[in-house]
Order: sequence, then C-alpha cells, then structure tokens
Amino acid sequence: MSRFNPYNDNGGTVVAVAQGSRVVIGGDTRISNGYNILSRNYNKVTQLTSTTFIATSGQVTDAQALHKLLLAKVALYKHQHGNEPSLRALSKLLCVTLYSRRFFPYYTFNLLCGVDDDGQGKVFGYDAIGSFDELKYGAQGSGQQLSISILDNQMKGTNRTDSYSFNSDPVGLVKDVFNAIAERDIYTGDHVLIWDVSPQGINQSTFRLRSD
Amino acid sequence: MLKSPYDTDCITWSPQGRLFQIEYAMEAIKQGSLCVGLKSNDYAILATLNRAPSKLAEYQQKLYEIDEHIGLCFSGLTADGRLICKYLRTEALNYKYTHGTNINPQRLVGKLSDKAQIKTQRHSKRPYGVGCLVIGLDENGPHVYETSPDANFYEYYAVAIGARCQSAKTYLEKNYETFSNLSKDELIIHAVKAVKSSAQSDVELNGRSVSVAIVGRDTPFKFLTSDEIEATLSQLSQAMEVEV
Repeated sequence: MSRFNPYNDNGGTVVAVAQGSRVVIGGDTRISNGYNILSRNYNKVTQLTSTTFIATSGQVTDAQALHKLLLAKVALYKHQHGNEPSLRALSKLLCVTLYSRRFFPYYTFNLLCGVDDDGQGKVFGYDAIGSFDELKYGAQGSGQQLSISILDNQMKGTNRTDSYSFNSDPVGLVKDVFNAIAERDIYTGDHVLIWDVSPQGINQSTFRLRSD
Repeated sequence: MLKSPYDTDCITWSPQGRLFQIEYAMEAIKQGSLCVGLKSNDYAILATLNRAPSKLAEYQQKLYEIDEHIGLCFSGLTADGRLICKYLRTEALNYKYTHGTNINPQRLVGKLSDKAQIKTQRHSKRPYGVGCLVIGLDENGPHVYETSPDANFYEYYAVAIGARCQSAKTYLEKNYETFSNLSKDELIIHAVKAVKSSAQSDVELNGRSVSVAIVGRDTPFKFLTSDEIEATLSQLSQAMEVEV
C-alpha cells in the first residue's frame, strides 16, 4: 500500500530572455501526467503588474495557487502603497512566499520577468523553495537542460569558434529554442505563448509546435 | 442635542427607547466634511470636499478604492474611516481570492454593518465615528450605499453627508430624476455642483480640495485627476458667470 504522494509533475517548459529594456517570455501550452496529455491549451504565464510576469513549470495546481496568492499580494501592495510593486520588490516577495512553504513546498519552478524601475528588462530564476538569482536568460521545466545549453551558446558569446547565430531577435530566439527542445522532450509541445515586454508595451503571440 | 442622564454607555436604554451614545456618534458625522454620492444607470460617483488642518498642510484624503468595482468615502473620525477602509479591502480581496469573482457590494456593506452592530451592544466598545458612502458595481448595475454608526445601511439614488450637507441634498433632490441616462461627464458635473452648493464662499475649491471618483459598467474604479476636476470647476464657474 503506497502512501499518498501530494506531488505530481505536469511537465512543460518556460523560457525567458532579457535584452536591454526588453524581455521576452515563452511558455509551452502542454500539461501532461505521465505519458498522457491533459491539455494542449494551458497558459503557464500570469501577468502580475503592467510590467511583470511570472512563468511557472512544475505542478499545475501549485502553480495556480502560487499565482493566485501573488496576485492578491500585488493587489494589497497597490492599496497600501498607491502604486504597483517594482520587479525588484516582487522578486523578494516571491522568494519569501516560496520559503514560507519550506516544509511543504510549492512544486513550482519559476521565472519572474519584466521591466524594472531602472527601465532594464530582467529575469529572475527560482527553485522550489525560493532561492533566486538575477539572470540575463533563464529556463525552467522538463526542457530546461535542453534549452539552457542553446541559450548559453547563443547569449553568452563565449566558447564559440564561429559567429553563426540562430536569431538575433529575442522573440525569434525563443521560438527557435522551443522548436529545438520540442524535438526531444516529450512533455514540451503543442503551442508556445510568447510575451514581448518592453516599456513601449506588451506584444503577445502564439507559435505552433509539434503535437507529438 | 442636550445632555441626557442615560447617555453614559451604549448598553443603557433611555425611557423613550433610545440609545444616546449611538445618537451622539451620529452627530460626529456632521462634524466631518462633505461627501456626495450619486448614480445613473451606468455609473456611480463619489465626490468629497477635503479639509486641511492648516494652510501649511496637505488636504486629507477621504476617498479610497476598495476594489476595482467598489469605492468608499467617509465623513467623521478619519481614523475610524481608514480602519474601515482597511477592513473592507481585506474582505473584498479574500472573497476574490476564494471565489475568483468580485464581491457583491451590498454583501460587503452588510459585513461592515454587522461589525458596527457589535460596537453598539458592548459596554467596552464605542460605535464607529464615521458615516461611509460606498459606490459599487454588480450585475444589476451601479449602487450607492450609506452606512452609519447605528449599524444600518441604506441604498440611495443620491446622497450627501457631512457638514452643510443639506444644500447638497436639496440640489440632488431637485435633479436626481434626470440622472438615469446621463453621460459620464454630465453626471460628474452634477456631483461637483452638489459639492459646490455646500461649500462656503471662503472655501477654496480646486483639484486637491475636491476629490471625485467613478465606477461604471465599463469603467473600473478610478479617481479623476486634479486637472480633470479643475477643468470641471472652471467650466462651472464660467457657466455661473454667464447665468448671472
């Protein structure tokens, strides 16, 4: 008789790339359970303020609970301060929210991204219990290892003997990354929802991926 | 109001069946500055006349957002009003978190009244010293509510509370039947006119001493900017000059 396991990985990948005052966030729309697909149309990204987004992979129910909680905390912040929290403030807020569940963690692997007060696009990557770091680009989820290798190669500019680039535009790069990881990662596929966030505004687009 | 021998605390009835402490609490509202609330079929508006403790001070805020579909202003003890605002915000946020939808404004006002009632039936507590005007939106449209220290709440087409509110009430009584189909801007003009009618001649009306907020079917709760208020005020004073 096996004990009840509260955790379940619903798969999927989220990627974010910051460049100058712009950040591009992509999340695939597949959620799975083992070898079964539960949905091909699920959005893993939530907009928290006019300039910040949270992209989460891992367990869907924990991600939903976390996103709901953060939205309520942002609303409270807005009431108390009279303005939206900055990306920097939210990054710490997410950290303490995750750590508050240190002994029964949210099974969530998060990327907090957006445009900060200084006008720069930033990505913050988290583990399940709130350890976080500011990054130029990040990936979380089942396709993390596959995508981070590509992003290291394209974004870092070191350890290269040639100058071939996948795509100089971050949106194009994110699309190429998802196409690449969908080939080998069974949990990533169907569609990618992409947000192109800059001080000028937010551009959302959908991109088809392999359905197998 | 004259002093009475039965007014020591909330839990003592007078022989006529009155609770004087609660009635005295209602008097506190009349000391506060003016609040006006009115609605049409599509919008509800709150307007307040703000006070500054001295020429050196900023005008004190009386108009608050509770949620994207509910707003509040109050007359009376400002500290009580701010605490009520905090309570309503918490309740509205918790409801939204649990149910995923906006709380019904009447339910929220009812919760406040339930809380106020407790303070009228304990020897150790005093009633709230504020009357609140709440505007809110539900599936039936916009609503205007008034709450008071006696733990009642009432719904209105238009209402005014606070110092010299009778002039504003008279203006609203004369005009409220025309409100139903007015545009947003026309309704705002009525609100500001109502505030103006109660303001004494030595009170300066500008974008900071007057606050206006609106909520509507297509408009989440928002404040009018001080520029927008000044524009309405100067529009009104020009019109009045023409009339004279």
